[in-house]
Amino acid sequence: MEKIIMAKTGNESMAEAMRQINPDVVAAYPITPATEVVQIFSSFVADGLVDTELVLAESEHSALSACVGAAAAGGRVMTSTASQGLALMHEVLFIAAGLRLPIVICEVNRSLSGPINIHCDHSDTMASRDSGWIQIYSENSQEAYDNTIQAMKIAEKAFLPAIVSVDAFIISHSMERLEVLPDNEVQKFIGEHKKPYDLLDVDNPITLGGLDLQDFFFEHKRGEIEAMKEAKPIIIEVGKEYGEKFGTTYGFFEEYMMEDADFAIIALGSTAGTTKVVVDSLRKKGMKVGLFKIRVFRPFPFEEIKKALEHIKVIAVLDRVDGMSSFGSPVFHEIRSCLYESETKPVITNYIYGLGGRDIFPKEIEGVYKELEEIAEKGKVKNLINYLGVRE
Amino acid sequence: MIEIRIHGRGGQGAVVASKALAIAVALEGRYVQSFPEFGVERRGAPVYAFTRIDDKEIYVRSKIYNPDHVVVLDPTLIEAIDVTEGLHKGGWILINTKKPPGNFQEFCKDFRVATVDAYNIAIKYKLGPKASPIVNTSILGALTKITGVVSLESLLKAIKEIVPIKPDENAQAATEAYNSVNIKEE
Repeated sequence: MEKIIMAKTGNESMAEAMRQINPDVVAAYPITPATEVVQIFSSFVADGLVDTELVLAESEHSALSACVGAAAAGGRVMTSTASQGLALMHEVLFIAAGLRLPIVICEVNRSLSGPINIHCDHSDTMASRDSGWIQIYSENSQEAYDNTIQAMKIAEKAFLPAIVSVDAFIISHSMERLEVLPDNEVQKFIGEHKKPYDLLDVDNPITLGGLDLQDFFFEHKRGEIEAMKEAKPIIIEVGKEYGEKFGTTYGFFEEYMMEDADFAIIALGSTAGTTKVVVDSLRKKGMKVGLFKIRVFRPFPFEEIKKALEHIKVIAVLDRVDGMSSFGSPVFHEIRSCLYESETKPVITNYIYGLGGRDIFPKEIEGVYKELEEIAEKGKVKNLINYLGVRE
Repeated sequence: MIEIRIHGRGGQGAVVASKALAIAVALEGRYVQSFPEFGVERRGAPVYAFTRIDDKEIYVRSKIYNPDHVVVLDPTLIEAIDVTEGLHKGGWILINTKKPPGNFQEFCKDFRVATVDAYNIAIKYKLGPKASPIVNTSILGALTKITGVVSLESLLKAIKEIVPIKPDENAQAATEAYNSVNIKEE
């Protein structure tokens, strides 16, 4: 099968995947802080390249509400947003997940105001991490494209909504080489959307989103939690199938030079790329360093991550978000919590970096690896929670 | 890996120039990253765009602090900011001006200087208004000639793909700049 090589921005890559998915409905509020994903997609609608009903709502809250309605009626539904836009969707995120509606959001990771800032950090998706949505983070445009296609299939198989995110500007507005699949291959891969029920079937009426009080709400939530767990094998299966068909296999995480590593950095998104460059250069100097890139943050692959990290001596978790007085930041919490169960209990430190798009460069990451080495030598940690690249 | 920084003023097309370069590199099947420095966007304010080019996949995601080459779309920027900041010794500095490279003695010691009269080329092909001609495609022609980062053929294809109006005139302007760039011999 022939892939087409193009130069595309992260925004264009996600819009291209949306075009190939050809959803029934896209409802959106395509104005800043959203990026141009929906603007690009709207030109596909205008040019007749998709069959999508495009609903331009008066806010992100309304946009996702319209998505909920369309998905409840059995449609294949997508939208895109960022930053405050996802924050405004927050209330409806829980409704979409609770009603088990397989909506996909192409999200661009932008910081939350205030002060006003639309550059990259992970505050927006991290604030939504417990809303019941599958969360997939992308390192580059290619992954954003591949992840969007896979997310549609995963969501519809698991009957859960999914967010695919990509770093603002660093990827969303950066043009790079993208390998695009033929349209019909994407359609074949995602398959037909099978509705579990028909909302308009008067002979078999159903209720969605009804009042659900003390007698059954908890059972329904328990079912939703179980569905998140059941999404794990689906994600692996879809990632494997993608690899078999198109050449790149995707899993919960990517391990880069981790096999014999003593020191590891854990990162999400584009920073994983910069870290790979540092790993290469330190490996040449004989340092046993590795990178552990988390792709799927929800459902959190607890056992798999524990198993993958048990042999590491010292770990630094890079968080592009702050927990605002919680003990460290979200990714750090999860990693530390899951390794508490391990026999080896590696030392784990947290580095909060890059808020509001502050650049992170190889020298800083190299410094983190050096600090990990120092911790191993001295046998003690100076600071568990650190701030990287900020004036203090 | 080759890293290039483009200096311009808001509205001159620095970002489109870096994107056209990216398309040209991708057309050759190679790897590329082109990204602007986004700040407060005002017409006339100094803006930057960056491009990385390599034959293998590019992983680094930080901004470019030590470019191999620098492109200056507006010569008045030379007085306003340090356009050679972080530029590698021996790297090219390509300036849009009708002055010969020898007029930029301050750069000639550490860098290779090239100049091209992109304003007049753009005016000749009626690219943009006469008062503020769009020089981005012309300057890319010159850049292609002096650095060889992409072939002229790929560049012209890329320009035709990305430029919304007058694609042929833009391609002709790039070709003319390719042929008329002035180089200071060392």
